Amino acid sequence: MVGPADMSGPMTPRIFRVASKRRETADTVTLAFDPLEGPQIELRPGQFDMLYAFGIGEVPISMSGMSEGSVLHTVRAVGAVTRAIYDAGEGDVFGMRGPYGNGWGLEDHPGADVLIVAGGIGLAPLRPAIEHVLAHRELHGKLSVLIGARSPELLIFQDDIARWQARLDAQVRVTIDVAPSEWRGAVGLVTELIPRVSFDPGRTVALVCGPEIMMRAVATDLMDLGVASDQIRISMERNMKCAIGHCGHCQFGPEFVCKDGPIFPYERVESLMRVREV
Amino acid sequence: MATRDIRELLKEQAFFQGLGEETIAFISGCGSNVHFEADRFIFHEGEPADCFYVIRSGRVALEVHGADRGSLVLDIVGEGDIVGASWLFPPYRWEFDARAVEEVSAVRLDATCLRAKCEEDPRLGYEMMKRVAEIMRRRMQSARMRLLDLYGHGRAG
Repeated sequence: MVGPADMSGPMTPRIFRVASKRRETADTVTLAFDPLEGPQIELRPGQFDMLYAFGIGEVPISMSGMSEGSVLHTVRAVGAVTRAIYDAGEGDVFGMRGPYGNGWGLEDHPGADVLIVAGGIGLAPLRPAIEHVLAHRELHGKLSVLIGARSPELLIFQDDIARWQARLDAQVRVTIDVAPSEWRGAVGLVTELIPRVSFDPGRTVALVCGPEIMMRAVATDLMDLGVASDQIRISMERNMKCAIGHCGHCQFGPEFVCKDGPIFPYERVESLMRVREV
Repeated sequence: MATRDIRELLKEQAFFQGLGEETIAFISGCGSNVHFEADRFIFHEGEPADCFYVIRSGRVALEVHGADRGSLVLDIVGEGDIVGASWLFPPYRWEFDARAVEEVSAVRLDATCLRAKCEEDPRLGYEMMKRVAEIMRRRMQSARMRLLDLYGHGRAG
C-alpha cells in the first residue's frame, strides 16, 4: 500500500499561528508566531524566515525577537503579501520556512565595542542583536545604538528604545528627519550621531541595517574614523525567493544574499553596491 | 567676560582648532559670553545676522514656522556646534529661527567686528570661509539625504 507522499523539504512551509499582534506605527506591526505543531523555530539575531500568506505569496522577513517562546516578525505593509500579514489577527495562520541566513555573527567579535546603526524598519533585524548584547554585557565592550527615523510617529519599538536609553551601560541616540517643535531629540541624518558616542574604532564591530544609501554613508563615515571595512557588517536586501541559493533571484555579483548573507562584511559588497546593474 | 577668558573658551571649540594663538586672540576681541534660558528665541528669521554663536553647552533648534504647519525643527545643534552662517554672506539676514531647547551657554561673536577683521586679513577671511563652508556642506548633504525620504520606501512584497 502506498502511503501519503512525504511533503517535507526545504521549500515546504510549516504552519504557524499568530499568537499576538502589536501595532508599531501606522503601517507596521509586530506579530508573534507559534507553530501549530512541532518545535518552535529558533533563529539567531540577523536571520530571517520566509513568511507565506496563503494564496497571495511569500516574503523574507527578519526575526525581530523572541517573546514568551514565540518568534517575532515586524512587518511593514508595502505590498500585497506584507499587507496581508499586517492585516492578520490573532489566530490567523501563515506558512513559514526557515531559519535562513547567516546572522550578525556577534560571537565572532568577543570583547569588541559594538556600534549598532539602524534606519527606519532596519531596526527590526537589529533588535535581537541589541537585546543579545544587553543580556550579555560582560562579553562585549561599549554598546552604542544609533537610530534614524523619518519622524517621531514612524519610530518603531518606542517602548524598547526608552528601556535601552534607561540603561547606564549603553549609549542610545535617536535622530529624525523632520521634527515638531516639541521634539527634544536630535534632528538630522543618523550619520550625524556617530561623533556623539564613544567607541574605539580599532576594536569596534558595527552592525548596520537600513536603506542602502544610508548604509553606504554610515560605512564611509566609520571607515573615515578608522573602523576597518571588514568590521562593518551590513544587512543586504535583495529579491529573495527560494532562500536556499537555488533560484538565483537574489544573486549579487558572486554572492547569493539568501545563502551567503543577508549579513555581509562591507568590504565584500562595497564595490558591488555602487554598480547600478547588479 | 574679559577677552582672555573668551580666548580660552574659543580654543576649546572644534571650529577654531588649528588656528594660531594669535589668530584666536584676534577673533576673541569680537566675542562675548552669553546665556539663554530654555525655550527662549536666540534670533528670528528675517532679522539682521549681526553675529554667530559657538555653543558651549545646551542645544539649539533651528526652526521654520508656518501658520498652516506650526513650527518645524530643521536641525538641532549642540555643544561645540556653530549657530548661524548668514553672518558671512550678504544680505546678512537670518533665514531661520533659532530657539534654545534647553539652557544654553555660548560665545557670541559680533559679525560686524569679525567681518572687518576678515577684510583686514584675507588669510583669516579665507579660513573663516572654509570653516563655515564645511559646516554648510555637511548641512546641505544632510538636507539632501533627508529630502530623499530614505526610510519611507520599502521594497514591495
